[in-house]
Amino acid sequence: MALYSEKVMDHFRNPRNVGVIEDADGIGEVGNAKCGDIMKMYLKIEDGIIADVKFETFGCGSAIASSSMATELIKGKPVAEALQLTNKAVAEALDGLPDYKMHCSVLAEEAIRSALEDYYKKHPDAAI
Amino acid sequence: MIYADNAATTKMSRAAIDAMLPCMEEQYGNPSSLYSLGQAAKDILEKARADVAAVINADPGEITITSGGSEADNQALRTAVALGKKNGKTHLISTAFEHHAILHTLKALEKEGCTVTLLDVHEDGIVRPEEVEAAIRPDTCLVSIMFANNEIGTIQPIKEIGDICRRHSVLFHTDAVQAVGHVPIDVKADNIDMLSASAHKFHGPKGIGFLYAKKGIRLTNLIEGGAQERGKRAGTENVASAAGMAAALKDTASRMRENAEHMSALRDSIIQGLSLIPHSALNGDARKRLPGNVNFCFEGIEGESLLLLLDDRGICASSGSACTSGSLDPSHVLLAIGSVHDVAHGSLRITIGEDTTAEEADYIVRNVTEVVEYLRGFSPIWRDLESGKAQHIL
Repeated sequence: MALYSEKVMDHFRNPRNVGVIEDADGIGEVGNAKCGDIMKMYLKIEDGIIADVKFETFGCGSAIASSSMATELIKGKPVAEALQLTNKAVAEALDGLPDYKMHCSVLAEEAIRSALEDYYKKHPDAAI
Repeated sequence: MIYADNAATTKMSRAAIDAMLPCMEEQYGNPSSLYSLGQAAKDILEKARADVAAVINADPGEITITSGGSEADNQALRTAVALGKKNGKTHLISTAFEHHAILHTLKALEKEGCTVTLLDVHEDGIVRPEEVEAAIRPDTCLVSIMFANNEIGTIQPIKEIGDICRRHSVLFHTDAVQAVGHVPIDVKADNIDMLSASAHKFHGPKGIGFLYAKKGIRLTNLIEGGAQERGKRAGTENVASAAGMAAALKDTASRMRENAEHMSALRDSIIQGLSLIPHSALNGDARKRLPGNVNFCFEGIEGESLLLLLDDRGICASSGSACTSGSLDPSHVLLAIGSVHDVAHGSLRITIGEDTTAEEADYIVRNVTEVVEYLRGFSPIWRDLESGKAQHIL
């Protein structure tokens, strides 16, 4: 059996929404280099909708795939919905992750939450 | 496919397979049986023992066939402690970058009351003989230092260390799993008391290896239950694998010099090629290393994703990143030579074989270079390093 599902490998080999948003409304960075995973998420928010999202990730195959999948799951969605994204949803959308790789999906959830927190900090008048 | 993970295991040689098949199809007897079928198997086993012994200049009676390198390491350490205990000696000296077969056994022995000193292996991955000598205490029962490291390939000053141990009357064991068949070993000239080896690292079958123990060293059993291996390792002998191991070792050893010349030339060309990648560094001494070993760290990337993308390009290699080990810490070997966590996660081990070609070496360099550049392209760490927000280490 392969290490990862086809879905994970697809998102790892062809990650969606890779890159940087120069004038991002919210930026979140989680993880640390010591443990071998860092995810950085950039959000562009218009009228309460995630108009664009990009990511940069330093990490293993499942970290890259989890970042990619998480961006797909929130792109075009209302902020309120993005806030509800769980690591479980990311892992399920990837057709599962090995147990010891579940923390990658947790990081993806945290990265998005952190970017949204940054957005609210920068836009205190935005309604939650 | 380019197989560049020969430190993990090797492809079996034709010589090994040819030696094994008759043991399964015709000479399948139990070497302990007295009828001729059994005695024929016994002859094959003893011939294998003699052939293995000859390659390292040992006597056949000094070779105990085991299930592999790990068992040999376990047995060597437990033997030294059992012998030492008779004189109240329960201190062992080893290094921080040994294989886990040694390190985990040492941990177990510590729980049983032994004390352990792990020597520094310095940035070049080489143990200093004078530090071995300084660490020897009146209660030291064993010095165990690997012949060549499995990750970074550095070759240790075994003969000098062995000499020091002789002068202090301390037993000296070396885990030579990565070295046997690849570099010259003479247990007598090198002052080695015990040595571990594993067949699948030199084109033999998996699940078999041997422990050399100098005449007079009474081994402690790990497995009880029979008179096999002079009563020191119970269980019906794996005759076919023993024959395969001996044939593989004879075959590899007969071409050791030319193999080493060929492989070290390719190794150096890969090292030179990968050194051109910005912010990369070779791990371990460049000269005192196994002919087939290349080990690099690349800043800003993580090893597992590098391996997966190399696999897509048909290259089998390995890494010391945490994600490839299932733990949060990267390779203990890289940490032992002073590599920091951030960088150790981005390591790559390429171990070429006798059959690797110059074209394959070029392909490896080209593809590693491309994949590292690609991964750095969306690495937040790399962005910080390049923008000056963080400082380059390499």
